[in-house]
Formats: sequence, C-alpha cells, structure tokens
Amino acid sequence: MNQGPEEKTALLENPWPDEPPVLTPGQSYGSMTDQIADAVLTRPIGLGWLAGLAIGMGLLGILMAAITYLFLVGVGIWGINIPIGWGFAIINFVWWIGIGHAGTLISAILLLLKQSWRNSINRFAEAMTLFAVACAGMFPLLHMGRPWLGYWMFPYPSSMGVWPQFRSPLVWDVFAVSTYATISAVFWYVGLVPDFATMREKASNVYTKSVYGLLAMGWRGSARHWKRYEALYILLAGIATPLVLSVHTVVSFDFAISIVPGWHTTIFPPYFVAGAIYSGFAMVLVLAIPIRHYYGLQNMITMRHLQNSAKIMLATGLIVGYGYFFEAFMAFYSGSTYERFMMENRWLGPYAVFYWSLIFFNLVVPQVLWLPKIRANTKWLFLISLVILVGMWLERFIIIITSLTRDFLPSSWGHYVATRWDYAVFFGTIGLFSAAIFIFIRIMPAISIFEMRTLLPEAEVKAHES
Amino acid sequence: MSHKALSPAIYGLMAEFDSSTELVEAARAAYAAGYRMMDAYSPFPIDEASEAIGFHKSRVPLVVLLGGLLGGLSGFALQYWINVIAYPLNIGGKPYDSWPAFIVPSFEMTILFAGLAGVFGMFALNGLPMPYHPLFNVDRFSRVTRDKFFLCVEAADPKFDLVDTQRFMESLKPVSIAEVPH
Repeated sequence: MNQGPEEKTALLENPWPDEPPVLTPGQSYGSMTDQIADAVLTRPIGLGWLAGLAIGMGLLGILMAAITYLFLVGVGIWGINIPIGWGFAIINFVWWIGIGHAGTLISAILLLLKQSWRNSINRFAEAMTLFAVACAGMFPLLHMGRPWLGYWMFPYPSSMGVWPQFRSPLVWDVFAVSTYATISAVFWYVGLVPDFATMREKASNVYTKSVYGLLAMGWRGSARHWKRYEALYILLAGIATPLVLSVHTVVSFDFAISIVPGWHTTIFPPYFVAGAIYSGFAMVLVLAIPIRHYYGLQNMITMRHLQNSAKIMLATGLIVGYGYFFEAFMAFYSGSTYERFMMENRWLGPYAVFYWSLIFFNLVVPQVLWLPKIRANTKWLFLISLVILVGMWLERFIIIITSLTRDFLPSSWGHYVATRWDYAVFFGTIGLFSAAIFIFIRIMPAISIFEMRTLLPEAEVKAHES
Repeated sequence: MSHKALSPAIYGLMAEFDSSTELVEAARAAYAAGYRMMDAYSPFPIDEASEAIGFHKSRVPLVVLLGGLLGGLSGFALQYWINVIAYPLNIGGKPYDSWPAFIVPSFEMTILFAGLAGVFGMFALNGLPMPYHPLFNVDRFSRVTRDKFFLCVEAADPKFDLVDTQRFMESLKPVSIAEVPH
C-alpha cells in the first residue's frame, strides 16, 4: 500500500548492499501492468502448464472416485477404527489449514508491519490460503460419515429441536474455520477489484472484458473510493491477524482440551501456530520458485522475497523445535506415567521411524538455512521446503496416531495403518490444490498490480510547496 | 446527483496528468479555486489526493466497528440462549452459562461480522457496483487503471462554467482536457 517517503527510499536504496533489491530498476507503471496482465491475457497456453494442470486434474479425478466410494460404503474404507477414530482425515485437515496460514500472514501481518516486499507475493499467497482451506474443510465433512448432514453443526432452528453444544472445541472449530474461509475469500476479492479493472481495460476479447468488468464492479480509481478502500484494507488486515492466530489455536484446542496423553498440554496453541506458518512458508516457496521461473517474474519476485521467506521458515522452525523439546521435557517433568510412556512410545514405539524422520526433516535439515549460500540458491530452497512440508505432515501424524493408538489402558491399545483410500483422498486434495493454482495463474493476475505500482519511486507525491 | 431539474449538458471537464505529484497539485489548486464537486482518479491509492479534494474522513471504520459489535454480542447471545434457555445440557457438571467456553465463537462472530460489514459497507459507500459511469465515455480514461492520472470537475458544481473552468484547467498544464458527456 501507500508508503511514506522514508520507507520507500529505504526500500529502493537497500540499506544492506549484500541483499538483492525488492524491485529491479528500470520498470514503470505501464511495464509492470503489461508484464503481469499479459501473463493472463496474451501469453499462449504452454505445454508445461498443460502438463501441470493434467497432473492436478488426474489427482482430482482420483479424489472424486475416492469420495464417491466413501459416500457409497462409508468411512470403513479408511484405516480408522476404535481406538483410532481420527486418522488421516484430521492429520490432513490440520496440515492443509496450517499451510493456508502463511497466506494470511503475508497479506495481513506483513501489511500491518509495513513490509512492502510482500506486495509481489501476497496475491498468490492469498489464493494458496483459499485453496488450502478448501482442501482442509473437506476432511471434517468427509470424516463425519454422513456428510450430507454436515449442516447439523451450525446453530439453526431445526425441526428436531436440537442445538449445538458450545462447550465443545469441535463446535468452536466450525466457527473458526468457516469465518477464516469467508474472511480470506473477501480479503482476496477486495484486493483483486482494482486489478480486475485493469484487466477489464486491457482485455481485447469482448467476453473476457465483460467477465472482468463484472468482477471489477465499475471500479474507476476515484480518490474517494481509494480512501475508503484503503481504510477497509488495513482494517481487514487488522482483524485477519488475530483471526489467523485464533484459527490454529482453536485447531490445537481440539487436542489440548482433551485429556489424552500428548494432547493435554498448554504449549499447543503457540506451537501449532508456529508450525502452521512454518509449513505455509514452505508452500509459498514451493509455489513461488517455479512460478517466477516459468513466468519470468524475477524482476518482481526477487531473491529478497525468497531469502526473507527462508529466514521466516528458519525462525518458525526453531519455535517448533522449542515445542518439540518442551513436549519431551514436560512428559518427564510432569511425573505422569502416561505422559512419560507417550514420549517413550514416540521415541521407540511402532511409529518411532516417523518421529525421528520428523525431527530430521523439521529440525535438522532446515538448519542449513543459516548459510547465506543456501538461502541464495533456489533449487536448495525448493528442496528444503518440500522436506519441511513432509516433516510437518509427519508431525501431525505423530501427534494424532501415537497418542490415540496407545493411551491409558493397554487392553484398549490398537494399531493404525492407512488404506489405499486414505492415500487416494490425501493425494486427491493435493490434486485439487494444484489444479486450482494452475487455473488461478491463468485467469487472474498472480501479482497485485496496483500494489506493485506503489513501490515505484515516482508513485510518491513530491512535496514542493511554493 | 446528476439528474437535477436543470441537468447540465455534460458530466464535467476532465484533465489528464502524467504523475501523481501533478495530479495532487492540480487537485489542490482546484480546491483553492473554490471547486468542490470534483474527484481525482489514479491507478493506485494516493493519500494526498483525497486530502487535496477535501475528502478527509471515511465512515468505513465506523461500519466495521458496528459490524464487529453486532457480531460479538449476537454471537454471545445466541450461545447463551441455546445452552442456557433453549436446550440446556449437563456436560460434566459444568454450569449452563459456561461463558469462558463461549468466548471463541463470540470472537469468530465478531471478526466475521466486522469483515463482512466492512466489505459491503465499503462497496455501498462507494456506490459500487456501478454498471455505467459517464467518465468511461472518454476513451483516454481507460488508462486510469494503468499509468495516467485524471482530475474531473463536475458540471454540477455551482462554480462550474464551461469556459472559465476550461481556462482554469489549462492553467494546470495537463496532458489533455476532455469534455465528459453523459
């Protein structure tokens, strides 16, 4: 958004000469508009894009098949059975919703902190949030067994005379996730309106023009409109910030409010939020590195963006590591037999290999990000981000599966193995996510055009009073 | 606004500028010359532009506040009514009015209503969606979403006079001046 003169100069003059700039020199309003809009309007459909979309659509087809079979037969096709009632569905739910959080962090928190470097990555990070929340929201529904009765979770005057029970964190989750999805969607749309107006004026095809025109709602860049727009945008960022922190906190309450060993702990909310941002930034890099490469956006998504994201990953990774350490410490310090057993079971039990891989993926591997050379290498960043995404998935697996398979009474212990349908639904949502991302970058400006214009030095009003 | 008894023949006069600085200076000059019914148009938000045309305060923050209050209070009231009056359930001996447990949904409802009120409020105050606006009758105006800056003095302004206003606008040294037809 609009910046004061000092901040903008600081941005362009770059106080740290070793670091790459936020925007490479030699760009203008027009050139940036063309570059971003033409990637949608005039760029021919490439083979790489088609292949990517085909893979996404293929996986999406698998998801459709798996869901159809699930609806016909029931959740028995999954590996869940008492005592493990949650399984993949909840692991994937927590993983996806965590990934979404980085998008809100970039668009809202970094806006409030006046980190203008976010302007080139916020749009697709917000899109990533929406699609990740869509994937996440699917799992609790599918997991219900009778998803067509999902609306029972909402308070409405039903003919049965029953109402939700608001002391349950699962009901809180319904409110938190649906609010999050709604606010993320409107935040994204509001940010897009001025860019839709740009697309409306640039489009040559009459149908394309009409569609963008409808979406732009007659936006004409009036100073009065911009004033209200800016007031709203900053307020939305202000309310989205506590919202995003609350969402993963509420997700962690699903665990922490219970008495299951390994779940009943007060460190869960901050540790979950940090983990969410950690995996979310990993996903941002996994998307940003190929997009900037294939669309030639190195002048707007510069190494500065990638390096800053890497630093945020390093920091949140260390917070997550602190969480792992204190989970173990409290297990022994609490003096509770069950808590101690839970920890020993994670270290040496049937799922120990997952536990140690998650420690290796989430704690050991990302330490190489301390090296500036690694942070400057896109291939390494991409690989490390993938490793972190796998590690964060394993973390949720360990939290859910080790605690549920062996809680209090050895007579009621069990073992969990995912079935092919579990994997089909999980990889299916990856297909849904990637297909949505591929379609998004073809039909909407993937970078916020009007916010990029404000980064140019000439955008600033020079004060010469005469 | 535009359909008065004596509706002028045109919507207004529009001057085009190359930079945000020129636009803001022109808007300040027009305000100083006594024009009030005018608007500045730019491809990105310029704080100084709305100040220059005399638009200092938007009501969006108030709408967001009211939305948030309504959401939070109605969210809490809903839970209280359901869990205490309509459908009381004994859960582990906890009181029916377990207000700390109601904080989370109340908070989420606050955010939801504040956000939606703000978005709908912003569009409503801006008069959007607007399928037709006279400004788009000027071809060059399409560049307002790209790289050009415009100042339009509306014919409905009491001080507006086709000849005088045109002469005043020429003194601002714009790239071009156009009459905006209805």
